[in-house]
Amino acid sequence: MLTKEKTQEIFERVKKYTTADEFEVLISGGHSALTRFANNTIHQNVAEENYVVSVRTVFGGRTARATTNRFDDESLRRTVKASESIAKVQEPDPDLLPMAGAEADSGAAQPGRAFFETSSLTPEQRAKGVEQIVGVAKGHKLTTAGIFASSESVEAVLNSRGLFAFHNQTSSEISVTMLAPNSSGWQKANSPDVRNLQPVALAEIAARKALESAEPRELAPGKYSVILEPAAVLDLVGFMFWDFGGMAILDQRSFLNNRVGTRIFGDNITIHDDVAHPMQSGAPFDGEGVRRQRVQLVEHGVVRRLVYARATAEKMKKSEYADKVGDIAATGHGFPLPNEMGEAPLNIVFDGPIGGVGNNIEQMISGTERGVLVTRLWYIREVDPYEKILTGMTRDGTFYIENGKLQHGVRNFRFNQSLPHMLCNVQEMSAPVRASGEESFDMVVPAMKVREFNFTEVTKF
Amino acid sequence: MSLKETADWVLNITNQHGASYADVRVVDEQDRALATKNGKLGHASDSASRGIGIRVLSAGAWGFAATEDLTRVGVETAAARAVEIARASGRVKQEDVRLAPEKPVVDEWTTPCKIDPFSTSIEENIELLLAADKELRSVKGVTLAESNMNFRRYEQWFFSSEGSNIHETKYTTGAGYAAYSFAGTEIQKRSYPNSFGGQYQNKGYELLHELKLVENARRIGEEAVALHKADQCPEGVFTMVLDSSQLGLQIHESVGHPIELDRVLGMEANFAGTSFLTIDKLRNLRYGSDLVNVVADATREHGPGLGTFAYDDEGVAAQCTPIITNGQFTGYLSSRETAHAIGANRSGGTMRAEGWNRIPLIRMTNISILPGEKPLTFEQLVADTDRGVYMQTNRSWSIDDKRYNFQFGTEIGWEIKNGKLGRMLKNPSYSGITTEFWNSMDAICSRDQWTLWGTPNCGKGQPMQTMGTGHGASPARFTKIKVGSAYKGT
Repeated sequence: MLTKEKTQEIFERVKKYTTADEFEVLISGGHSALTRFANNTIHQNVAEENYVVSVRTVFGGRTARATTNRFDDESLRRTVKASESIAKVQEPDPDLLPMAGAEADSGAAQPGRAFFETSSLTPEQRAKGVEQIVGVAKGHKLTTAGIFASSESVEAVLNSRGLFAFHNQTSSEISVTMLAPNSSGWQKANSPDVRNLQPVALAEIAARKALESAEPRELAPGKYSVILEPAAVLDLVGFMFWDFGGMAILDQRSFLNNRVGTRIFGDNITIHDDVAHPMQSGAPFDGEGVRRQRVQLVEHGVVRRLVYARATAEKMKKSEYADKVGDIAATGHGFPLPNEMGEAPLNIVFDGPIGGVGNNIEQMISGTERGVLVTRLWYIREVDPYEKILTGMTRDGTFYIENGKLQHGVRNFRFNQSLPHMLCNVQEMSAPVRASGEESFDMVVPAMKVREFNFTEVTKF
Repeated sequence: MSLKETADWVLNITNQHGASYADVRVVDEQDRALATKNGKLGHASDSASRGIGIRVLSAGAWGFAATEDLTRVGVETAAARAVEIARASGRVKQEDVRLAPEKPVVDEWTTPCKIDPFSTSIEENIELLLAADKELRSVKGVTLAESNMNFRRYEQWFFSSEGSNIHETKYTTGAGYAAYSFAGTEIQKRSYPNSFGGQYQNKGYELLHELKLVENARRIGEEAVALHKADQCPEGVFTMVLDSSQLGLQIHESVGHPIELDRVLGMEANFAGTSFLTIDKLRNLRYGSDLVNVVADATREHGPGLGTFAYDDEGVAAQCTPIITNGQFTGYLSSRETAHAIGANRSGGTMRAEGWNRIPLIRMTNISILPGEKPLTFEQLVADTDRGVYMQTNRSWSIDDKRYNFQFGTEIGWEIKNGKLGRMLKNPSYSGITTEFWNSMDAICSRDQWTLWGTPNCGKGQPMQTMGTGHGASPARFTKIKVGSAYKGT
């Protein structure tokens, strides 16, 4: 694994080759492995080690980036020159700020997110985990497919103004699908510490879902009370956070245009971005090395604040929107420069239910007269960018609820649902958990019971 | 060491460790990405990546290891790791992997490329994008203009323990732009020449000369703004005409993915899903109307699509496979491992990897619908349509995990009335079931209306791999299509 000292040494070598006014070096990479199984067989099993060094140079308000995964002197020299030559042909950008200084990465120590048990996980250990999952499948006469992955990674940002931010972490993940002849079930979990993953428990839940949704029946599309498990919640709400950056407002491409400071969600929706949350993950600094701050995005349904990269904050202060978007300041959420997107909050944490721990999914089911339980969603896409209407399908465990009990599996639905409307209709929430889906980044979200969720079509299985 | 010596060294190591088969891909990749936004250069970057991927069969199971360290020690470590991983895979298997036979090949090939895109000046690239950007923003009401240009040079040396030695270099060029207009409670968007980055092909900078980016920019900006005043696309069952780019995406989602044999066999069940095209349906399913003829064609003769190559990443030569023939389902996309499942004695040659650090997977090549044999222009097609909706340029796309139920939205639509294009319609969408949809196709325009579109961002696999695929299509007409359901109830 690339050490902090080694990244400093690479930075010093880059320094020798550049004539830029300012320069910045991003170094990232690590080793990762993924064991993939299907049909009760490990059918793909991969490992890689790769690091990249990315150099950004600045000449009089002009900047560009070049990247390589080769660390010999000649490759670094070529990369510096490539960055410089692209930068020099541009027109100066009046919005480009001097690079962040060393003080930008100061702040409280972040939770440790690197675990030896994860970084040292062997192919044999992953295969044993898969063997346990396959054992559960065979025990239930099911077929299983999924992954068991682990990795260790580093991220470093160094620049000519003395900033040096470094982060090292591990991650591990298990995803399990259980397949019956005409039904399926799914579970997924991840953690920096592989000891937190429970392959057998995940497999048993996925198997139960596959068995209990067997012989699914067709239910007419329409508006239902729907219980969304945390993975389904995060895959939906993930589509709106790209609009919570200041640049999205400046570009007028955000569904929050003219809506910051107004109540667009229910009173029970409060959301923060908080990289330091114990269930969160990732580096404590952004693409310029600026320390990420905890930001309250939504308070009781009202959009309170946006996140900002340094340059976006300065631009917003001078814009026609300055008095309409709440507090404006760099929050440490910028992407590496240069980019068009600006920034986004990627460490989302939902507050739990107001005044209590909330109901778990079983309690939500028992309180539902007629509704649908959704395990997972699939192929979600934005239909309307301002009303934030999303379409997608249910998948791998969709159940009809009647009189407080799961009755049977149902054929999968297509939904067309406005996110703000959905978040106005949340009737119950569980305690938030770290959840992982496939359509969005990991978050800390609750399960939700939502009224009038809009299913528009039914598929054939 | 030369690359050949490195590969020989790796193959020797894997053999010593007990691998029954091994292949080695050394890849040297170069990329350039430029983007503008509202008259300023946004993203500007060059990147280079080089490394080696080693795939082995040992104990009847697969292992793969990749490293950027091309030293003798580095590749030796990776080779040993690949075998160690394969042995671990062997702990959990139902049967040994079987590979369809393939004769070893020694060959070299490069994408035909008139103008090496990396030989063009960055000033020239930026100037073109900014000129298009300026035209877009010259239209009052355009609130955001974005453009992009991307080049890729992908050079690969493939060696196998069976004796193959293939050196292949591919160039990809792409560009496009979009105009956004925010007004009231609507964000409308128009893109050119296609959404999500424009048009991409395996050719050189000559593509940029063909696209006429600047010439079309003002029209695109005007359409983005005009959409605010257009009527909402009605909900109902209508005759529908699709432009060739939207039809290309329709093919991608409702033909290209379901014919991937790895999906059919359950290998993607946890992530990308499975397929309704179970093996019993081969040559037994009416997929579409008699007019529907689809091929998976990776050969040069098909054109410079993103799925065009000489050999796939298992060293199998490019082929043309009939997928739908006069409406009948006739073929899958297969690999050396999966060919036996459909009784084939050879792979269809569709295995591709995103880079040196990924394993090859079954990927779409150029999945194209063949144009109509009778001369038919778009204008003639519209003139032949009494009532309907014409939809153009994708805005949203979604399909279930067996590839039955889909819903697409497009950026713009027009009413067709009495054989003429009438009022503009905003927020058009349509939905359906795959085989019902293709069976409703009753007209398709001829060769002169046919475009080979590039989809540069097809995701598949774990770890996720992004791949470029090609889709040729002409405008076509479909009857009794459910239109407008995306906004139903919202």
